[in-house]
Amino acid sequence: MSQTDTRVDRVGARPTLGRARPYWTTRRRDQLTGYLFIAPQLLGSAVFVILPLILVVWYSLHEWNVLAGTFEFVGTENYSALAEDTNLGPVLRATGLFSVGLVVFNLALALLLAVLLNQKLRGTIVFRTLFFSPVVVSLVAWTIVWGFLLQDNGGINGLLDTIGVDGPNWLRGETTAMISVVVVQVFKNVGLNMVLFLAALQGVPAELYEAAEVDGAGRLRQFRRITVPMISPTILLTSIITVVGSLQVFAQIAVLTQGGPGTSTTVLVYYLYQQAFQFHHFGYGATLSIVLFGIVLALTVLQWQMRRRWVHHES
Amino acid sequence: MRTGKGVRGLAVALAGVLALTACGGGEEAGQDGPTSLRMTIWSANEAHLKLFNEIADEYKKANPGVTAITFDPLPFENYTTTLTTQIAGGNAPDLAWVFENSAPDFVASGALLPLDDRLKKVDGYGYDDLSPATLKLWQNDGKLFAYPFSTSPFGVFVNTDLLKKAGQKTPAELIAGGQWNWDNALAAAAAVQGATGRAGLVIRDFDYKGWDNLSTFWTGWGAQAWSADGRSCGFAAPEMVDAMTTLHRAIFTAKALPGPGTTADFFAGDAAMTVTQISRASLLKDGGFGWDLVPLPAGPKGNYSVVGQAGIGVMKKSPHADEAADFLAFLTNPTNSAKLAQFFPPPRQSLLTAETLAKTNPKLKPEQLQKVVIDGITNGVVKPNHAGQAELSQQVRAGLDPLWKADADVRAVLEGVCTKIQPLLAK
Repeated sequence: MSQTDTRVDRVGARPTLGRARPYWTTRRRDQLTGYLFIAPQLLGSAVFVILPLILVVWYSLHEWNVLAGTFEFVGTENYSALAEDTNLGPVLRATGLFSVGLVVFNLALALLLAVLLNQKLRGTIVFRTLFFSPVVVSLVAWTIVWGFLLQDNGGINGLLDTIGVDGPNWLRGETTAMISVVVVQVFKNVGLNMVLFLAALQGVPAELYEAAEVDGAGRLRQFRRITVPMISPTILLTSIITVVGSLQVFAQIAVLTQGGPGTSTTVLVYYLYQQAFQFHHFGYGATLSIVLFGIVLALTVLQWQMRRRWVHHES
Repeated sequence: MRTGKGVRGLAVALAGVLALTACGGGEEAGQDGPTSLRMTIWSANEAHLKLFNEIADEYKKANPGVTAITFDPLPFENYTTTLTTQIAGGNAPDLAWVFENSAPDFVASGALLPLDDRLKKVDGYGYDDLSPATLKLWQNDGKLFAYPFSTSPFGVFVNTDLLKKAGQKTPAELIAGGQWNWDNALAAAAAVQGATGRAGLVIRDFDYKGWDNLSTFWTGWGAQAWSADGRSCGFAAPEMVDAMTTLHRAIFTAKALPGPGTTADFFAGDAAMTVTQISRASLLKDGGFGWDLVPLPAGPKGNYSVVGQAGIGVMKKSPHADEAADFLAFLTNPTNSAKLAQFFPPPRQSLLTAETLAKTNPKLKPEQLQKVVIDGITNGVVKPNHAGQAELSQQVRAGLDPLWKADADVRAVLEGVCTKIQPLLAK
């Protein structure tokens, strides 16, 4: 029984003509309506998020041979195998490189675009639409088209050729392949971060800039001292979204490089897929997904903790 | 008080999960009722599916208990991964097409139903007609776990128009003069590239990733990916180094093959020659360009042929395994095997004559059938296959990647491949 109910009882201590209080009070009815509204979402989370999460932990303690249909408990064997896996080092390195490249390039470009498109100039709406449109394009279609463009005799090198530059074989060199997957991913999603930054920029009161100007602050100083602090909650949000998204990259790798050349673009999610679905090591694959979960969780907690230092205000 | 709310929330969530679980439980019902079968295949080719469906319709007429037979085409590139994911997800098909590279895993796993006793019992099946050489890959402890549905030799499809345009002799002319070898084939391919700008020779489905297709090349040098017992690596052997050195030069110096990251489709007229299987003949369009089909060129070790195999197995756990096995017996009986032979060369010795195959292969001449198909099946080396091939294959692909650069040290790269895969082979 909640405090409110007790209070209602006290208020209702007036003569009640001996009738019992009805069970379906307005409060209970409101509560039920609320639960019914969130039930579909809650059910979805329970079935498609929480249950699989529990199952993954369970699978990681087993050796599961899909073809033979065997499912044996192996304890922490899959976890000790992590230490002996010689591929894991290069995979984590590729994952780190991809994430750092993506986050830095994406946020920098998104902020730059947002600042440019925040000017009151003719045609900015067209440009905003243009930069946002890749966000709504199918990821696989987007990647396949880029795959054609990045071929040795593809569109990019064709363009470079017209200005006399002999372009590299983008997807076949270890460094250029990594740069390519980062760029393809940045161009796909930069529009989303750009829109978030744009909204934040438009929320910065114009008086602050006017006051700063009166005080003699230049454009760069205004950006550093006013814009960045004022949009810091959005910077935090976009960096969390981008870091988490970067650790989940899969389709681009599967379509463009399949983890190659060598293992230069084999990021953790792709390696996990290879282990579980291609090599049929489902137990080990589940263990790798827990490693990934740990990394995502740790980075998110870290960013959340760091917000006190650099997020200047929170609404 | 707060706990009360939490418990109620959890109860709502749990009730939902239970309700959903209950919803999913009805699938097994009605097992004694009408049966429907599903078979996964790699091809979405209309001609292939039409023939499969015709045979299935005939079967359903004779067996009213089976109301539906669906052929479920899965993309070629991810075929085995998709199939095993379906099995893991509890959505296994009743019958499945299995490629030679995953044959050892499937055959040894116990996932497939033994077929030999069942097939032998079927009237008029003629089990003894099956060529023993084609059964080998699909047997374990003397039992047959998949029917060698397609034993398809690799040959070279030739765009004679492009070769003539480049002033080159056609392979038929080279064969007649006893000069059909890799040196001449690669020289002609390079000449086409130089003269027309189109690709010279394409090893189909290789694309600098599907390295097992290169066995159609290196077998001519007597090279092999690993020893016959599968325990020692063959990539660093002198024959392999010779073969790969020739290939590397052909790609990067002579430009006889399109380089990495460049695609060219023979069947769209983009290349003069392509090494592929006879089942791809269905991609040839009437009135497209002048073409021919010839055996693989001779290597330094003489003439040779390579076959790709695919089997069809019945999933042991299927609730309709018996019906599925019965349908497989019908699909592969002598009459239907003869019909299917136009796309999928059968393992039946009685059908492996140029005369019989010609009836259902309007696009191929008896001579092509004899030289490429029949001789190929009789003498062919099967593409590389090994238990745990997916993992091996990935390691080889990653190991070979440094080879596909103009300045690669061929021997060092191949030794690197062996360093990577030897521990897996020794397992």
